Amino acid sequence: MAIPEYWREIKHRYKLEAGKCKSCGYIVFPMRLICPKCQNQDFDSINLSREGTLITYSVIRVASSRFVNQAPFAVGIVELKEGVRILSQITDCNINELKSGMKMQVEFRRIFDDGSSGVINYGYKCVPM
Amino acid sequence: MTGIVSYASYVPRYRIKVEDIAAQWGFDATVIKKGLFVQEKSVPAPDQDTITMSVEAARRAVFGGGIDPETIQAVYVGSESHPYAVKPTGTTVAEAIGATPDAHCADFEFACKAGSEAMFVTLNMVEAQQMSYALAIGADTSQGAPGDALEYTASAGAAAFIMGKEQPVAECLETYSHMSDTPDFWRREHEFYPQHAGRFTGEPAYFKHVLNCANFIMKKTGLQASDFGYAVFHQPNGKFPLRAGKKLGFTEDQLKQGLLCPYIGNTYSGSSPLGLAAVLDVAKPGDLILMVSYGSGAGSDGFVWRVTKDIEKMRKKILYTWDQIHGEKFYLDYGQYAKFRGKIRSNAS
Repeated sequence: MAIPEYWREIKHRYKLEAGKCKSCGYIVFPMRLICPKCQNQDFDSINLSREGTLITYSVIRVASSRFVNQAPFAVGIVELKEGVRILSQITDCNINELKSGMKMQVEFRRIFDDGSSGVINYGYKCVPM
Repeated sequence: MTGIVSYASYVPRYRIKVEDIAAQWGFDATVIKKGLFVQEKSVPAPDQDTITMSVEAARRAVFGGGIDPETIQAVYVGSESHPYAVKPTGTTVAEAIGATPDAHCADFEFACKAGSEAMFVTLNMVEAQQMSYALAIGADTSQGAPGDALEYTASAGAAAFIMGKEQPVAECLETYSHMSDTPDFWRREHEFYPQHAGRFTGEPAYFKHVLNCANFIMKKTGLQASDFGYAVFHQPNGKFPLRAGKKLGFTEDQLKQGLLCPYIGNTYSGSSPLGLAAVLDVAKPGDLILMVSYGSGAGSDGFVWRVTKDIEKMRKKILYTWDQIHGEKFYLDYGQYAKFRGKIRSNAS
């Protein structure tokens, strides 16, 4: 990932910063310029809650080079309390015991490194509660 | 009075037992467990480092204290395993908890006492009325060379303390620092694993600084061991803090609540700060706590804390340290541990 792109995404990757449409209340994550529901352009900035429910998941056994050391691992869709669904790696778990409907909490983790000398990319992952 | 207005800890969920490390190198686990007084140690997940654990501990402290992160005016992180050689740990932590941009930030290093250094500086910044709230974190994902004695204890954890003047949960009555140039443990630039001077790390290093620091701060405050509810010392293994405590006149009952090393190992810069967090989880208003850190190189920071009535309400909102230690955990064998800690050379590393 290019450094400017990572830097632009820090607010939503670090703090789960989202936009709540001032007109219809729809929550966009990450922030957008135009509300997809009502086309309004004014948003309140909110931080999403760090708790949610696992909707579905898949186990990655043959990982891409950046994630080889973490394989096998799960990637899931987690619905946060506000109803926003995020795609996230599921970490600190026994992948054989994962089930849809499990309660999850969001933790701050390393996502990947740009090699041993490049920038470390941080963000969110989900952990079973 | 200036003190801790909120605190929290973070302990990773992975563990490795002494038996698994000893078996790998052909040593007798019984002898090592008896010698070091350690059963198992915490291991960071492959996606964890000093920054991620610091963020989690800090978020818990912010939540526990009900503090607006934008009012935190300093973020100081003490560690000997900062993920970058050049680029601060503190900026990422401050950004993640919402303390940017109006905050001062610095990373501290002093072997295992970098965390208490951050506590010392934040306390004094608040005491000098330069800041309303200041965040100090001690965190490490320490490394022990394969086969070295340190491999049985080098572990991971973090503790965060928000210092302030309004409704502290523990008031700081006194601080004192004691140091000398003592080369007992070091890691040269570009070296991956630290080295140590064997038995020299004991009497002229750990015990000299810890005991002198503790004796001086007790003399300065006119307090003796029996006045304290608890004492917490740096924990390079399970034996040293017990021996130091007994030499100073403390009983095992005063030491055991803050003695985490036998179950999670030496969390380096997180060691005595995590021990203090574990004590604050149960201490009663009015209890006095002696905390003495130790960092090789070498020095000790001493603190005398007095717990206040405000602690009951604050700590209801955080995860207790011992609950994390005994909570859900995943045991690793040596191969998994070596993979987690990047000890295996591969094309992917």
